[in-house]
Amino acid sequence: MSFPHGSDLETTTRLSRHQGEAEARTLEGWRARGGYEALRRSLDMSPAEITEVVKASGLRGRGGAGFPTGLKWSFMPKDDGKPHYLCCNADESEPGAFKDREVIRWTPHLLIEGCLIASRAIGAEHAYIYVRGEFFEETQVLNAAVVEAYENGLAGEGILGSSWSCDVTIHAGAGAYIAGEETGLMNSLMGNRAEPWAKPPFPAQAGAFGMPTTVNNVETLAAVPMILENGADWYRQWGSEESPGTKLWSCSGHLVRPGNYEFALGLPLSDIIFDACGGTPSGKPVKAVIPGGSSTAFLTGDELDCATTYEGLAEAGSALGTASPIVMDEDTDIVAAMRRIAQFYAHESCGQCVQCREGTSWVVRILQRIEAGDGRPADIDTLYELCEQMTGRTICVLADSVVFPLESSLDKFRADYEARMKPTLVAAG
Amino acid sequence: MAENGAKATVTLEIDGVEVTVPSGTRVIEAAEHVGVVVPRYCYHPGIPTRPAQCRMCLVEVEGRPKLEPSCTLQAADDMVVNTASDTARTARQSVIEFLLVNHPLDCPICDAAGQCMLQDYAYVTNQLESRVDEPKRIMGRDRISDDILYFADRCVICTRCVRFMRDVAEDDSLIVAQRGDKAYIDTFPGRELDNPFQGNIVDVCPVGALVHEDFVFKARSWDMDAAASVCPGCPTGCNVTIDTKENQIVRVKPRHNAAVNSWWMCDYGRKHLVMTNRGVRAELPLIRAGGGDGDGGELRPVDWATALDWVAEKIGTLGAPGGSAVVSPDASNENLFYLRTLLDRLGVGDADFRVPQGETAELPTVPTLKLRADRAANAIGAGFFGGRSVDGPPNGSAGGALVVLDDELEGAGEDFGASADFFLYLGTRLPGAARNADAVLPIATFAEMDGTFTNFEGRVQRFHQALRPPGLARPAWMVLSRVLARLGDGEAVDDVRGAFERMAAQAPAFAGLTWDGIGLKGAPAAGSAAEAAGVAGSAEAGA
Repeated sequence: MSFPHGSDLETTTRLSRHQGEAEARTLEGWRARGGYEALRRSLDMSPAEITEVVKASGLRGRGGAGFPTGLKWSFMPKDDGKPHYLCCNADESEPGAFKDREVIRWTPHLLIEGCLIASRAIGAEHAYIYVRGEFFEETQVLNAAVVEAYENGLAGEGILGSSWSCDVTIHAGAGAYIAGEETGLMNSLMGNRAEPWAKPPFPAQAGAFGMPTTVNNVETLAAVPMILENGADWYRQWGSEESPGTKLWSCSGHLVRPGNYEFALGLPLSDIIFDACGGTPSGKPVKAVIPGGSSTAFLTGDELDCATTYEGLAEAGSALGTASPIVMDEDTDIVAAMRRIAQFYAHESCGQCVQCREGTSWVVRILQRIEAGDGRPADIDTLYELCEQMTGRTICVLADSVVFPLESSLDKFRADYEARMKPTLVAAG
Repeated sequence: MAENGAKATVTLEIDGVEVTVPSGTRVIEAAEHVGVVVPRYCYHPGIPTRPAQCRMCLVEVEGRPKLEPSCTLQAADDMVVNTASDTARTARQSVIEFLLVNHPLDCPICDAAGQCMLQDYAYVTNQLESRVDEPKRIMGRDRISDDILYFADRCVICTRCVRFMRDVAEDDSLIVAQRGDKAYIDTFPGRELDNPFQGNIVDVCPVGALVHEDFVFKARSWDMDAAASVCPGCPTGCNVTIDTKENQIVRVKPRHNAAVNSWWMCDYGRKHLVMTNRGVRAELPLIRAGGGDGDGGELRPVDWATALDWVAEKIGTLGAPGGSAVVSPDASNENLFYLRTLLDRLGVGDADFRVPQGETAELPTVPTLKLRADRAANAIGAGFFGGRSVDGPPNGSAGGALVVLDDELEGAGEDFGASADFFLYLGTRLPGAARNADAVLPIATFAEMDGTFTNFEGRVQRFHQALRPPGLARPAWMVLSRVLARLGDGEAVDDVRGAFERMAAQAPAFAGLTWDGIGLKGAPAAGSAAEAAGVAGSAEAGA
């Protein structure tokens, strides 16, 4: 099923409450559900007031890094006379994550409304929605919604009869994980290779087309209308001080009920895995969970009591990331799983930085050898050292992203690796 | 590029040494002020874009959690930079090790061996053994243009070549294709690499990935000698380095000169320079002196002393002054000066020179660097010494003395010089039209001697001997100084300094210049456009 499950655990379907309702896709259906009221309200507010509300709500970026959204908006220069742009990052490609896609598919107008409010807050005259190239159906749905919005004065010149104008453009991506990195996304949008650039310049100084730009994730922008409508305090009734609100969860792997859920932030991870998703189909214990999408660190089956907040998972030694737990039961071959993850990153490395381009593929070759039973004890030391050399040395964090699962799998499942090593010959006598 | 109100300079500490540099200077450049060359691949001082992608120039900056790429990091007041800390060193070592995951160890057959930035850094970081024993990725090679080969396996994807084409030549024909460790350099689909400046991509390649096809497998770097020179292809006078092996030019590379060619040169120049030194050469002095006592008869080879004595004697016995001269606009200033001294003695006024014309080409982002239509190295210099630019075939029908300096006399008739009282031919080659000469003196090409050219805007630039001249050929200034000495005018000079000194003392355009003072970057001639505040491109030479 594509929309949130009912489950044993109480879900808090705010952002996703209209997913699964076909009428919500149309403007009429969306308006019937209170759509575009937040946009109307935002037109009576100054950009600074909008930013203040979002700041006060504590909304954090849902694309993985968790950067406070209101703070990001406040970096945009004021009255600089330049055109500003909003880029909505809909290039959802993190292995394990499939939440943004559902937002677009079921509630395209929610995203458009969020984009328009954000554009108003940052003074953008144009919002680009960069949709992952493989999201064919989603692009069609979104395109239809944008056409409806234009036809009804909700986008383009004089929005809702006001003097404020903002264009919305859907841009189909060119198919690379790295196009989801914000500077890679802007490069791709401009027609270049989707290669991240070294900051500075930061997007708020010189982003898309060299102009001040803010890049926000789909889920982040989709949360904005309800915050504006109900206020920051309302949003803060869920979650923790540092991680307020609700969050979409894409749960996959060895689960009885995999799929998308929306929970208030802060539930124990084990509740999500066992209560909401029903645990493993085999009934066997959980061996490992990658909680935030493939670029976060492994947790073992014994480490699942942590709170699902940004700070809670960081404390547990991993990260909330995109909130996309991949669950593995006892029979899982961790070496094979890690090799597959590493292959993904080697395949998706843009090839600029040496550590990433060569390091990821070297890691794959070592893991393939270990998996084939041809490993050597020194390989583990080599892998640890590669982890060190690939961390914090590159333009973007793709290299770091393979290090998080790799290093944690070495720490926590070293025996699995060692079991695959070739026995070392020992001199007799 | 100081912003409003910003300071003009900043002072920082690099490896324990305090240095003050203009605001906006990047740390990698500031480090060079204190003699620290931070290892780099993607950074090139002549290419404006700095992607900071090779991660080789990472340095430690006090108070910053991560290593910073020194190619993009702006020097700031009180910054404390450490390029050689353990962390920075280890990071560099790891980059080399990562590059060697796929880079083939084919140094024994690689043309860059000995001049390779990967090889050098591997030695510097003491990594003569690699831990990598996984199979390497194999990509093969490609002919990326009609004269450049691309060895994809050796490529370190620094993208200097792509960025030279895109950001310096403003030609989008080169791209990075594919991604990750399968990335390689290719031409844009449907486009060809066909740019008059494309040879520079070979020079910027830090490894042996891009090689000129005419250089492949031709010379090991340690077998080559190098000489600083100037390209004679057009009046721009690009500064070059001539690489030779066994007295043959095997390669020409641009040499940096911010006032002339920046870091670059055109492909025409590269090829032209090699070609000027090919072909059959005049190697022995020839005089038309019969056996025994009489003149006339066939030209016959003699030693230099005999030839010079004979020429001086003939000149000394010439009757009424007057005559004509044909000179090459490719002759050096010194050659032209000594020739002018001789012509004055003979009472010859104008010396005719002809400047062939060719296609022009411009490098959009470097306004001083152009392939100019005039195909001559030193037409300005010829002008300083009574030269007269003419069209049409050379005129050799006048009486009196006729002196030709290294003009191949194309279009001259059978009777060229037949009616001259004395026909002296000084040449690097021996064209058919010199058949009526009374004496042929073999001279060296510019690559076989030291000397100077004056470029289109009057910049006097030194070039140095790269090759030994063939046979008995000698620089024309050396030969002519001996003829003049025999006529009682000055002394025979053996050293270009002596020749230049006399020229500077007597020719107003060179007043105040000295050989050593000119240095390797050149200096403006008196009253020239280059002297007038060095305004580039203000005076096109010749026609």
